[in-house]
Amino acid sequence: MLIWIIFAVMTGAAIFALLWPLSHGRVAALADVADATSLYRAQLGEIDRDLARRLIGPAEAEAARTEAARRLLRASGEDAGPTGETESSLRRRRASSALALSCVPLLALLVYGAYGSPGNPDQPLSARLQADPSRQDFALSLSRIETHLANNPSDAKGWSVIAPVYLRQGRYDDAASAFAAAIRHGEVNSEALAGLGEARTLAAGGVVTASARESFAEAVRLDPANARARFFLAIGKEQDGDAPAAITALRELLGMADADAPWSATVRQRLERLEAETAGRAITSLAPVDQQAAIRAMVDGLAERLKVGGGTLPEWTRLIRSQTVLGDRAAALSALATARERLTDTAALAELDALAGELSLKETAP
Amino acid sequence: MIVEIGHFALALALGVAVVQALVPLWGVARHDRALAGVGSAAAVTCFLLVALSFGALVASYARSDFSVENVVANSHSTQPLIYKFTSVWGNHEGSMLLWVLILTLFGALVAMSRRSLPVRLRAGTLAAQGMVTVAFLAFTLLTSNPFRRMLPAPPEGQDLNPILQDLGLAIHPPLLYVGYVGFSITYAFAVAALIDGRIDAVWARAVRPWTLLAWVFLTLGIAMGSYWAYYELGWGGWWFWDPVENASLMPWLAGTALIHSTVVMEKRDSLKVWTILLAILTFSLSLLGTFIVRSGVLTSVHSFASDPSRGLFILGILIFFVGGSLALFAWRAPLLRQGGLFAPVSREGALVVNNVFIATACATVFIGTLYPLVLEMVTGDKISVGPPFFNATFIPVLVPLLLVLPLGQSLAWKRGDLLGAAQRNAMAFGIAIVVALAAIALTRGGPVLAPLGIGLGVFLVAGAAFDLGERIVARASGWPAMLSRAKGLPRSTWGAAFAHAGVGLSVIGIAAAAWSTEAIGVLKPGERLTSGRYTIVLESILPRSGPNFRAEVARFQIFSGNRELGPLEAGKRVYTARAMPTTEAGIHTDGLSQAYVALGEPQGDGAIAVRLYDKPLILLIWIGAIVMAFGGALSLTDRRFRLAAPRRAAPQPVAAQPAE
Repeated sequence: MLIWIIFAVMTGAAIFALLWPLSHGRVAALADVADATSLYRAQLGEIDRDLARRLIGPAEAEAARTEAARRLLRASGEDAGPTGETESSLRRRRASSALALSCVPLLALLVYGAYGSPGNPDQPLSARLQADPSRQDFALSLSRIETHLANNPSDAKGWSVIAPVYLRQGRYDDAASAFAAAIRHGEVNSEALAGLGEARTLAAGGVVTASARESFAEAVRLDPANARARFFLAIGKEQDGDAPAAITALRELLGMADADAPWSATVRQRLERLEAETAGRAITSLAPVDQQAAIRAMVDGLAERLKVGGGTLPEWTRLIRSQTVLGDRAAALSALATARERLTDTAALAELDALAGELSLKETAP
Repeated sequence: MIVEIGHFALALALGVAVVQALVPLWGVARHDRALAGVGSAAAVTCFLLVALSFGALVASYARSDFSVENVVANSHSTQPLIYKFTSVWGNHEGSMLLWVLILTLFGALVAMSRRSLPVRLRAGTLAAQGMVTVAFLAFTLLTSNPFRRMLPAPPEGQDLNPILQDLGLAIHPPLLYVGYVGFSITYAFAVAALIDGRIDAVWARAVRPWTLLAWVFLTLGIAMGSYWAYYELGWGGWWFWDPVENASLMPWLAGTALIHSTVVMEKRDSLKVWTILLAILTFSLSLLGTFIVRSGVLTSVHSFASDPSRGLFILGILIFFVGGSLALFAWRAPLLRQGGLFAPVSREGALVVNNVFIATACATVFIGTLYPLVLEMVTGDKISVGPPFFNATFIPVLVPLLLVLPLGQSLAWKRGDLLGAAQRNAMAFGIAIVVALAAIALTRGGPVLAPLGIGLGVFLVAGAAFDLGERIVARASGWPAMLSRAKGLPRSTWGAAFAHAGVGLSVIGIAAAAWSTEAIGVLKPGERLTSGRYTIVLESILPRSGPNFRAEVARFQIFSGNRELGPLEAGKRVYTARAMPTTEAGIHTDGLSQAYVALGEPQGDGAIAVRLYDKPLILLIWIGAIVMAFGGALSLTDRRFRLAAPRRAAPQPVAAQPAE
């Protein structure tokens, strides 16, 4: 609001300045006769001075004098134009005032309205930096820490704060050097080492390089429970083609985790994929008959596991599908029935109905 | 809030400028003094508003307000404060605001010079200036708005182009703009005179101080730009015939011609058509320069705006103002009355010769600058018109002009005596010959033309000195009489002498450049490199860090023969925000000569590539320009301009003048 009052005052002052001469202008003709005559008079004097300084010959001076005098006569004889306050001069003033009153605010508002942002306050950097840190925007805090670190490059604490931020932002190289700086300046702990390893891994496009592996190994040495380091070490084994070792490592990791550890889902996913791949690779290398047997063994294993208890909708779906494909309709039907008992929520039941319809599993009426 | 107030002030200035362009013009047409008075009020108001706006932008830069897009793009919070200020005009948008600021400043100065300007002329001039202001304000607001906001505000700016992070940026653009834009006022004077139909000696006298003012600043601006390029770009050249340099040289040449032709017009009331045309052309060439620099037609250090829509807008402005004024000229010029007469051999005649030569020189620069651009546009062929073209065309035009310059300045008005003038300059010519011969003897086997150039420069300086001397000494007996004659000599005479001597000094500096030598070597600490008179010994290479850059500095000891001149540092900087390198040449000034050291690439084994130049008398180039500008300023203080109070003043009583 205040800004619009200021704008209004500015506009008012500008218009006032324009209207001032219209209200106070002397009623006089606009002619330059006086200017011209005084100039030519001065010029006559100048010719005499030039003559005295021998800058012009006597005959030429005479001719120049005649010229100047002729111009002087002509200038003083020129029409001065109409004078006096007349009807039309009043009309002209009103028209000019109207122009000033309309054109100035209109143009200003039009242009400012199109390009201005009256609602945005100034944001000088010093004020932004002094603002309550909790209300500061994230990027600014980051740049503040960066400036601080540029001036105090041996602040290990600072490096260890900024490094994970870089990692989250995808600036892996920066993250790696920040972790390295933190470690170099005394922040030697398992977390930092694991972070350094992860940054190196991600900077290398997801490959656990030798240097990353060193960091992870060091991290695990300092804290054997460091899940991140162990996870990446397992990935490294997988990348080396040592799938069984990777699976073992991941199983170990899952085994030592609390059930509700936030990362356990990731690890389990990875483990399952790895197991499936390993199994898949194993199966395709068998003879067709043996393949069939192997698959059946897997399906039976799954059925066994689900019979004991638990099992999610996808698992049940996979089981039912597999049994149908293998031609074991009775087993599929019994699995379907068990699933209906175990999975009680309606969405899951609807899924199962749809599945039954798709596989045309006719059930005996309950 | 400051940002938005600045933005609104600029928008408000546009409205005021429209009033300034229209109302006084109507007043002139209807002989109405009240309406004409609106022009002055509007011009002053417009200036105050633009100044407020400029102040707001400066404040945003000084406070690193990164909610302003322009500040983000061109500054950095770690910059030293001085560069935060200069960053304001180190970019397209901000420099346009500076341009408009100076435009309105000149308008306000004209509005306030009540005593020295006829009222009708003032009103018409302000109206024409108002039109130019409207065009450039609209351009700034619509296509190059420096107040555009960026939200959310980024935490840090992108820093200014490192080449521009130099004290030169604080000096060169403002000086140059005062020059460029100052010629807008002579243009406005010409348009006003054409509209009003009164073009006479009064007009010439009124316009002369403004032309001088603009010319002085343009001279200094170009010289400063040249020196800046010399020490910053790191290859030791001071003029590259770059289109952007030519864009500033052309208005300077036209302005120089204009200064000389207004003298004739004021004295004899003749050369009117030509003078008006020159006034129009000078500003047109300024506009052309603006177009070349800001349209993206070419790329150079200066072309910071390469947006085709902006180029189109400026082209529109160019066509409107150049075409409009030339059409007005074609319509009105034939109506002019014949002025006074003068013989071919006379001061007036000499000034006409000056104009012919300078206009030709300007035309060669024009062709050399625009032909490659037009050719590229039409056929797509890229050709480069470089120093060879200009050396072959520009210099042959200028040399005869400079040769007859001392003769011209000693000719009498109306009808001169060529033989007498030649006799008066015989002494100066003799000195020039002796100096040239001495130069040939001293530098046997060197370039042939250089001693002749030196002789020409000496001829100009000596000619100016003898001309002054003769006027002071002639017929005077004893020191007191001479002193009083010296005092009585008009300041414009002193000014002309200084300006011409300045030309001579620059010519000497330019000619001496032929003797400059260059040596390139790869040095390890302890090794030496010799070029011409100078030898440098590399002492060490050390890293260094500044507020927003890292530098690698090489320390040298410099010797002239066996005499040790002292330490010298040259460096390379890398500005972190833009990761851009710049060279920092090491320059040792030895009298009027300089030794110039530029670093090349490090060679890996602790060695570094180094270039060393010996630049004899190079400082004279810029000293000459400063002396020229000083002469112009001296001329500006001439009695004519101080006492041209037409309405109140009685004519100067002739008898009261001291006998000069």
